[in-house]
Amino acid sequence: MSNPAEKIRCDACPVNCYIAEGRAGACDRYANHGGDLVRLDMLTIIDAEPDTMVPFLSGTDGTDWDGDLVHSNRPFVTAVGAGTTYPDYKPAPFIVSQPVAGVDMVTVVTEGIFSYCGVKVKIDTDRHIGHECAIVRVDGEAIGHVMTSEYGSKMLSLGGVEHLTGGSKKEGRVTCDALLRLCNREAVEMTIDDVRIVVQAGHAPIINGEVERLMRVGCGSAAIGMFAKQWFEHLDDVVVVDDHITGVLSEHQAGKELGVPPTGIRIKGRRSTPGRYFQVAEPGTGWGGTNIDDPLTILGPFKPDVAWAGMRMLMVSTTGEQSGYFELDSDLVPQPRPMPEKVQASVERVAENCEPSICSVLFMGGAGGSLRAGVTENPVRLTRSVKEALTYVSCGGAEAYVWPGGGITVMVDVMDMPTGSFGYVPTPALVAPIEFSLRASDYAALGGHVDAIRPLDSIPRDKTRRVGPARNQPDPTAAVNFSWSTNKERKP
Amino acid sequence: MTGPAARILRDGRLHLQHGPIDLIIDAEGNRVAALNAARARFETILSELVAELPELRAPMSPSTAMPKGQTARRMHIATAPHSATFITRMAAVAGAVADEILAAMLPCGLSRAYVNNGGDIALHLAPGSSYQTAIMAHDGAPLGRIALAYEDGARGIATSGWRGRSHSLGIADSVTVLARNAAEADVAATLIANAVDLPHHPAVTRARADTLSPDSDLGARLVVTGVGSLPLTDIDRALNQGLATARAMQQSGTLLAAALFLQGQARTVGHSELSLSHQQNRTLAYA
Repeated sequence: MSNPAEKIRCDACPVNCYIAEGRAGACDRYANHGGDLVRLDMLTIIDAEPDTMVPFLSGTDGTDWDGDLVHSNRPFVTAVGAGTTYPDYKPAPFIVSQPVAGVDMVTVVTEGIFSYCGVKVKIDTDRHIGHECAIVRVDGEAIGHVMTSEYGSKMLSLGGVEHLTGGSKKEGRVTCDALLRLCNREAVEMTIDDVRIVVQAGHAPIINGEVERLMRVGCGSAAIGMFAKQWFEHLDDVVVVDDHITGVLSEHQAGKELGVPPTGIRIKGRRSTPGRYFQVAEPGTGWGGTNIDDPLTILGPFKPDVAWAGMRMLMVSTTGEQSGYFELDSDLVPQPRPMPEKVQASVERVAENCEPSICSVLFMGGAGGSLRAGVTENPVRLTRSVKEALTYVSCGGAEAYVWPGGGITVMVDVMDMPTGSFGYVPTPALVAPIEFSLRASDYAALGGHVDAIRPLDSIPRDKTRRVGPARNQPDPTAAVNFSWSTNKERKP
Repeated sequence: MTGPAARILRDGRLHLQHGPIDLIIDAEGNRVAALNAARARFETILSELVAELPELRAPMSPSTAMPKGQTARRMHIATAPHSATFITRMAAVAGAVADEILAAMLPCGLSRAYVNNGGDIALHLAPGSSYQTAIMAHDGAPLGRIALAYEDGARGIATSGWRGRSHSLGIADSVTVLARNAAEADVAATLIANAVDLPHHPAVTRARADTLSPDSDLGARLVVTGVGSLPLTDIDRALNQGLATARAMQQSGTLLAAALFLQGQARTVGHSELSLSHQQNRTLAYA
């Protein structure tokens, strides 16, 4: 903590205002609260009838919250713009109450300062973006790493306390800035070894300058299994090129069962089981996540005693984005030929079964003791209340997944939150909204700051921003979220 | 550090923001090209100003040299006529930014356009077109309406007062000025709002500007932080101080019209020519 009486220098924009304690800078967006630079934004209320005017938020088209009105007309106060309670002891900035279906509900809203936080990024692509454990960099600074791949997707783990405060000052600043932009749904360019990738929540990834379009329906081997029946009558062999597992129809179990005879094809790479090959090429941004642009380079010479002139072969990538039709000439060398209509249709079927490739950004952070102290005088009781499903945790009104075990470690999809929900403090740490909803009686029982409760309609309307509810998000104060409800269907 | 950002609001207007600059922009005519031009010009406008910020924050004298940046030059030109008294070129910054962005849009061919920089507005009106806006009190109460036509010659509207974003030396709730451009309007509104004052009045609280904003261009000068309820005679006295300043500016041609508001009372200058009307708040009359 810096000396509370000191003025601080704001680095949010080039003006670099000096800001006196308790005052805001020239922009009225950043302020000095006890020596900490904090972002001021309007308290955001999720309302069935959002005002047409929304406050400035960068990088959005402003239409993203014209969602269906899936809830009642009851507004829900989010913590976006609520301010923070750091350092600890004060009641959270807004503790509001309202009757919900006859139960007096309390929602404690605060903008938490998360030193322990980061994002998990899921990138729908089979292209090689870096080996597991490879370092992800922004502006040359390490901000995280590549983690275990998931089906059809690469995963990144970014941020976290080691990068925010454990490295150099620049590393912390760059990490915080990248996390902030990702969480606020802005695009961030990063590098992983020699791969350049642009990640933006809800948008397709851009890998080495190319926009990824489709997420594959399965690996090469799986594609053979799925489409074998559509292929075997029109083709003698099919190779589905995939950086993970390249599939070959004539050798694959699916082909055998359909009576596809051997074709004498030879695939470079390591054979796993019949018709399934690993490492047919190097990883890259070419066919099926390999580095090849010419699929024939993964083939060896056809076996002369098995292959025959005129043999028909399709080569296709796992997403159907690349494909080629070949026939063997009299020397048993594959020659490109115009693709027959039926084969073309099958390639389109592969592509059709691929989903649009997008980047998902999930904010993950732990509500520390300070933050919990804003809710109750006895922070551990809040943890217990959450575990007992007496307290519902949301971030900007979006359902937060609460990890099992100790503490309140939450994970939330930033696309479900109001735009521009995140801020930062120069610690560096992210500022994220978090709300705890519970019955007024439960709130009193856990030692809540009951004196600070105010009715929802006491918050001046002109000081709030109202947004519509996000699609598919449960109402945080709905009875169904709580263990005391008879029809409890709380998600794990 | 966050860079300049642009977005289209739900109603289709363009919002540009960088640091303390917030612009709401709309245009009629070759609209898309004009909004793109505004966005392009906005990229560097704050960094250009920041490059000369220490000089621009310094008190101005008749011998102060012309700055380099295009926006800073607009500030200089608007403040220069007033440099015999205390003024810094920052008095024109909001209006000058609006003027500069509007100027970047005009080559696109527009019938009507405005750049609203937090209430300081640069306007473009082609012959036959008009622009209307409302004056609101800080609590949202309507104070009057402005209806401008091409012939009026006013292309800038600005409002100043101690309740606004910048500190004021005076006690006016707000002073709205119409002038030939937004930079001139900005300066005039600032100076008139400063002049609406009751020195040493017990109902007025003040603080050194540099204790509120350490790098304020007003330095150690006392700025108004609160105004208690004032008797009508004091309100009249304060408004008449401002009125004298406004009339002098009208005569020298640095403003076209002005409306001064303080605790439910108002004064106007030049409003008959410019359709600046005001609805007097009658609360005090009943009190």
